[in-house]
Amino acid sequence: MTRPHARRVACAALLALACPAGLPAAGTDPLDEVLQGLAARRHGHVAFTEVQHLAVLDRPLESSGELLYEAPDRLEKRILRPRPETLVLSHGVLSATRGHRTRVVELAAWPQVAPLIESIRATLAGDRAALERVFSVRLEGDTSRWTLRLAPRDPAAARAVTEVLITGEHARLETVEILEADGDRSFLTVGPEISP
Amino acid sequence: MTRAGWTGTLIFAALAALALILVARATYTADLSAFLPRAPTLRERLLVDELRSGLASRLIMVAIEGADAAARAEVAAGLAQRLRTEPDFVGVSDGDQAGLERTAAVLFAHRYLLSDAVTAERFTVAGLRAAIGDTLGLLATPEGLAAKALFTRDPTGETPNILETLGEQRLPTVDGVWSSRDGRRALLIAQTRAAGSDTDGQQEACAAIQRSFAAAAATLPAARRSVALRMSGPGVFAVSARSAIRDSVIRLSALGSILIAALLLAAYRSVPALLLTFVPVVSGALAGVAAVALGFGVVHGITLGFGVTLIGEAVDYSIYLFIQSAQRSALGPSGGPAGADWRQSVWPTIRLGMLTSVCGFAALVPSGFQGLAQLGLYSIAGLIAAALVTRFVLPHWRPHSLRSRDLTGLGTLLWRALVKLRPARAALALLALIACLVLIGHRGELFSRELADLSPIPAAAQELDASLRADLGAPDARYVVVVSAADLSTALQAAQAIAERLTALQADGSLGGFDTPTRYLPDLVTQRARQASLPAPAELKARLDAALAGLPVNAARLAPFVNDVEQARTAALVTPADLAGTPLAAALDALLQLGTPTVTAFLPITGLRGGDLSPTALARVRSAIADAMRAAPAHPSAAGAQGSLLDLKAEADALYTHYLTQAVSLSLAGLAAILALLVLALSLTRALRVVAPLALAMLAVAAGLSVAGERLGILHVVGMLLIVAVGSNYALFFDRLAQQERGTVPRTLASLAVANLATVTGFGVLAFSGVPVLAALGRTVAPGALLALLFSAWLARLEAPPTAAAAPVAGPA
Repeated sequence: MTRPHARRVACAALLALACPAGLPAAGTDPLDEVLQGLAARRHGHVAFTEVQHLAVLDRPLESSGELLYEAPDRLEKRILRPRPETLVLSHGVLSATRGHRTRVVELAAWPQVAPLIESIRATLAGDRAALERVFSVRLEGDTSRWTLRLAPRDPAAARAVTEVLITGEHARLETVEILEADGDRSFLTVGPEISP
Repeated sequence: MTRAGWTGTLIFAALAALALILVARATYTADLSAFLPRAPTLRERLLVDELRSGLASRLIMVAIEGADAAARAEVAAGLAQRLRTEPDFVGVSDGDQAGLERTAAVLFAHRYLLSDAVTAERFTVAGLRAAIGDTLGLLATPEGLAAKALFTRDPTGETPNILETLGEQRLPTVDGVWSSRDGRRALLIAQTRAAGSDTDGQQEACAAIQRSFAAAAATLPAARRSVALRMSGPGVFAVSARSAIRDSVIRLSALGSILIAALLLAAYRSVPALLLTFVPVVSGALAGVAAVALGFGVVHGITLGFGVTLIGEAVDYSIYLFIQSAQRSALGPSGGPAGADWRQSVWPTIRLGMLTSVCGFAALVPSGFQGLAQLGLYSIAGLIAAALVTRFVLPHWRPHSLRSRDLTGLGTLLWRALVKLRPARAALALLALIACLVLIGHRGELFSRELADLSPIPAAAQELDASLRADLGAPDARYVVVVSAADLSTALQAAQAIAERLTALQADGSLGGFDTPTRYLPDLVTQRARQASLPAPAELKARLDAALAGLPVNAARLAPFVNDVEQARTAALVTPADLAGTPLAAALDALLQLGTPTVTAFLPITGLRGGDLSPTALARVRSAIADAMRAAPAHPSAAGAQGSLLDLKAEADALYTHYLTQAVSLSLAGLAAILALLVLALSLTRALRVVAPLALAMLAVAAGLSVAGERLGILHVVGMLLIVAVGSNYALFFDRLAQQERGTVPRTLASLAVANLATVTGFGVLAFSGVPVLAALGRTVAPGALLALLFSAWLARLEAPPTAAAAPVAGPA
């Protein structure tokens, strides 16, 4: 039962990172520069498309919708197609709303997962130490064109998700790719910003 | 001993032996049936059944506190594991993952019979396309991972649908064990095999939990062993109430007896006199229990608790005998049988006092509240026995050489004080006025209206219960639809018909939610209908081909689905046995009572946000039940079932209000009977003079309790009767003093003072009982008896005592 949890974490991670950020602050370490640039962002509202490659399906599954972020800890993924569903992570509580039904899950219910969520908060806050406590973090490229490779340290989370790859340019996040342990993967592309 | 003495003693011995046999063979219970009306209506019986063995009565909520989170989780997991092997429990839930996985496996295996989405429409081309499309949508969400693994066998998403209907477990877990939201408690729920009313079984279960907890805690290293066990639930309450009553009765009657004995020893300065004093008390208690056993078949624990109070009055009789005749026997043994003239001077007053009390208690006997009726009978039999023993046995047993202390000096002192006090008696009118004003001021909240006030559960335990319920999200079920039928399937069909209508009410916001046994186990008709809606393999394949056009999956991949549907078409229907070993079985067990000849299904309903249901919502639920009972076409055989909505709290409070109103009116009838008796025995003026101080004492006590914030309940009313019972003796003695020669005044006053001290001691001790009902009795009677004596003395028309030199002279010349 840990796999869906890890999947949720990955989703939350991409939600957190998908938001276009401001200019990076000056720093000596490129990872610090990227994180600080993302952290400078207080809110964001963008479109997204996601493609999931699942072994059980003949063709990839496509979905699209919007992502919203409010600093420091509110993330929302509004899936509009193919089936509307809204996922909100707020103050450590994840709620999923489909039609009239809303299911609420406290992240504290999964102590093996909670640190991962905490790491997202840490990422947004530019807290590199907290991020590295949960993931092994590797940065490829430089601040103008970077790829963040996050591998979960927690064995239970690692059994579900092998790696999360996040790419971006400067303080703008472009794609999030989740590689699952069973070979399935999903690829999310951040679209244009939606003006309020 | 004289011939009369021998006769009395023999009759006494024979009756005592008979009473002993009855007492030894009587049945004693400590369950809630004391609160059961003697001739219950169907609703009342349902209510009490529900309280005794229904839904929640078998749940024990367990919390582990102290140490650190990991230690709590470890002990909780160890405790749960041990309890699962105990025969006293049918289920233990602690958030453990294995249980959830077992449940998921059972649900998956029977998904086509358990899912309410399985209809003929769902397996048409359009239905399949919509259902599979939905599941594909689910794959795009975080929950998709679980669905992904099952997709080829369950593409229509029946398993997620069942899980969604069952509701998600929202309790946070720490190290795989439920934790309170503040993280300070590890939690689990144990369901006992014994019903809540089976106090012995519940005690076994509580002991098993304590034992297992100790064993689990012992596995921790000593440094982390500071964990504590907390338990709550109806069964735990029953067990602790029983032991609290038992402790109270034993400890307090022992303490009361010791204090009274010390007091009497100081008064008599004679051990034989002290021992003899308790003969009427013990005889009265024996006679009381024997009478209740004969009259009711079963003796309630609480009756024994009330019975302690008998000491208060029965002990007075012998005090009057020993102190008021002390002077005479001191004058010489040659004056014939001891206390011969006591029989003419004092006994008639005691007899009238006893009859007065009997009148008061006789009014309780017809009460519908068994506890009260038993108390009435107990007191009548006890008082008559005590008085008769005092009159016909005790005087003969008193050794001729017995010399008890002469208390004339004390009496004279009191006499002088009274005469000085008398001019100030207008103050009593003022007191009465103030008491009346206080009572009028508190009239809104004078009486308690809730059955909970009769509860022997201390407030602290009720608070723990509320906090554990909040932690576990297990609200007290206030509303419950009760469905009874001749067999399981009929009961489930009726429950299903009602549940369908409740679902509509929930959707339109009339209800917060409800549970039904059919959520865990659909009735056989519904299961067969679901089975019949599944298409044959060839047909299903053809429909799938059409349904999957344009979707990112082809029919060949879904071959496992076609296989599973074919198996489900011919599978045996799901029975309670299929759910065994999962939390579902425990849930079902709580909602079903498989009795013969009646099977009862319960559908607990919660209001919006866990609150109460509005009157409109209640009316809607009632009409929904009536509608469902008119046999919906889909459930033709549900017609043999009966369904009704119980508002447990309202029913319980109504029952209590009924008891209270009845207790008040019966007590008033008793008081009227007492007044009539006194008028007949004395005269109207004298009767009023006897009653006035008692009425004043009751007024003052009622006002005092109101000011102290206590609401008057049944036990306070009983306490008032006891004030009259005990106080009437005082008032009658003062009445006698006003009629007789002055010589008897000091001795009478002394005996009244000692008797009153004994009574106040007995009831004063009771006021400190941990059992709220007993404490209420003590807090009413102790001050009431004191005031009754004080007011009687104050209002008594006593002449001034003779001069100091003449004072010690007493007795007939």
